[in-house]
Amino acid sequence: MFKKKEFQKLKEYLIEKLLFLFSLVSILATVGIVAVLSFETFAFFNEVSLLKFFTDTQWTPLFVKKHFGILPLLCGTLLTTLIAMLIALPVGLISAVYLSEYSSEKAKNIIKPIMEILAAIPTVVYGYFALLFVTPLLRKCIPGMSGFNSLSSGFVMGIMIIPLISSLSEDAFHAVPMGLREAGYALGSNRLQVSLRIVFPAAFSGVLAACVLAVSRAVGETMIVAIAAGQQPRLTLNPLVPVETITAYIVQVSLGDTPHGSLEYRTIFACGMFLFVMTYFLNIVSYKLRRRFQQVYE
Amino acid sequence: MNNTAFSIKQMRAFYGAKEVIKGVDISIMPNTVTALIGPSGCGKSTFIRSLNRINDLIPSFRISGDIMYRQKDIYDKETDVVELRRRVGMVFQKPNPFPKSIYENIAYGLRIHGLNIKDTIDEIVESSLKKAALWDEVKDNLKQNALTLSGGQQQRLCIARTLATQPEVILFDEPCSALDPISTAKIEELIHHLKQNYTIVIVTHNMQQAARVSDYSGFFLLGELIEVGRTHEIFTAPKDKRTEEYITGRFG
Repeated sequence: MFKKKEFQKLKEYLIEKLLFLFSLVSILATVGIVAVLSFETFAFFNEVSLLKFFTDTQWTPLFVKKHFGILPLLCGTLLTTLIAMLIALPVGLISAVYLSEYSSEKAKNIIKPIMEILAAIPTVVYGYFALLFVTPLLRKCIPGMSGFNSLSSGFVMGIMIIPLISSLSEDAFHAVPMGLREAGYALGSNRLQVSLRIVFPAAFSGVLAACVLAVSRAVGETMIVAIAAGQQPRLTLNPLVPVETITAYIVQVSLGDTPHGSLEYRTIFACGMFLFVMTYFLNIVSYKLRRRFQQVYE
Repeated sequence: MNNTAFSIKQMRAFYGAKEVIKGVDISIMPNTVTALIGPSGCGKSTFIRSLNRINDLIPSFRISGDIMYRQKDIYDKETDVVELRRRVGMVFQKPNPFPKSIYENIAYGLRIHGLNIKDTIDEIVESSLKKAALWDEVKDNLKQNALTLSGGQQQRLCIARTLATQPEVILFDEPCSALDPISTAKIEELIHHLKQNYTIVIVTHNMQQAARVSDYSGFFLLGELIEVGRTHEIFTAPKDKRTEEYITGRFG
């Protein structure tokens, strides 16, 4: 009486397999991308030694006298990321503390959606905002500043990342049990003491995860730096001169007329692989931190 | 009546539009243990949480009436809530140690009140843990994270943490409901000792516990204080029929 009909069994089997196939698509895509990256990267390092790649201080693959040192690109990437984090971290964290510990429900319902609009702006718009608005403004205050520079692109990137940090950190604050806040208040703490000495430390690994994810986002950000940071690989920490990030270089070569299969062409895969390893590592760190944080309060 | 700790007249409390305390009058004497009993949802937790204004954290909470502590209206606009809470400490239903070391859990309250002398903090940490009957179990592991302690130990740590800031009153909101009988017995014994130096108000579901630890008992039902008096009178000769029915286990 309770025996399933053969047809029904078959139908369920087919449905399951079909769903599985769909989920396979993304796995296959990932495997494919990693395979192509690896293949081309391998081909690149057949001609250029790893040692050169990581120690040479010049990056000039498109010039006659070729140098393949990733350091200038890495430096540009880290410099814009650092500037972005210097903006995004304080602003994002302070707004998260405000939203989670201070604001009324009403204020929160107004501020949060507005912040999320920041995250919805296309990065190309941010790029032109940096180039055509922020840079001219900054040049009025800093006379020697170049038209392309890491300061304004980093600054605008920071603004773009604020919602990421504030919303992930706020989630982390929100996950801190109410009982801890009550304990703090019951001992005679004021709101600032509860926020900074109880909630913040208790949510620390969650906040750290948010920051790592934000760094990963900044490292991988392309459009803003391609437009506003200039395209000159330069080993410098000066925020006022043009630099090139790894991502911006990839854009530059992809858009140019570099012949397929050439060494110049392969540089973008080596750069892409390097970038991928970097952001993948950061994402794993972030994921692990969040996991640890969740376990504490289960 | 000027020597009361709390003197409360016509307390009404609301969550949004829902009235959870409907006109309660009660006086709480210093250096006594007052137990509040009654079925779940009768307003006793709301009542006790109003005495240190911890309910202020709930946005929809409103309260009216005269709630006087040492002749001062604690809901007055001029009241320093931080100072009130320092004088009226609280131990919660669920042990809620901070995710810090045992030592830091106790030092926290001292530091936020401006005490930064290490030797003094060390002394108070030790004396508070001794008063809370936890010292012998943790004295070698003060740097250990408080979350690794058992539930009963965590609750005694929370009591020690409260004692360290030297309040005058300690509010216990069902402090043993999450604990095993042995831990419960330890905490009851502790409450008994603390009475000499503190005014204690305890909410409990456990009537034997109320009978064992308290001098006065109040019976709450549906937001009203049905009856309050000396504990042995409440438990042996209640005046109200509803109190008698609850105590003898006929409802609730």
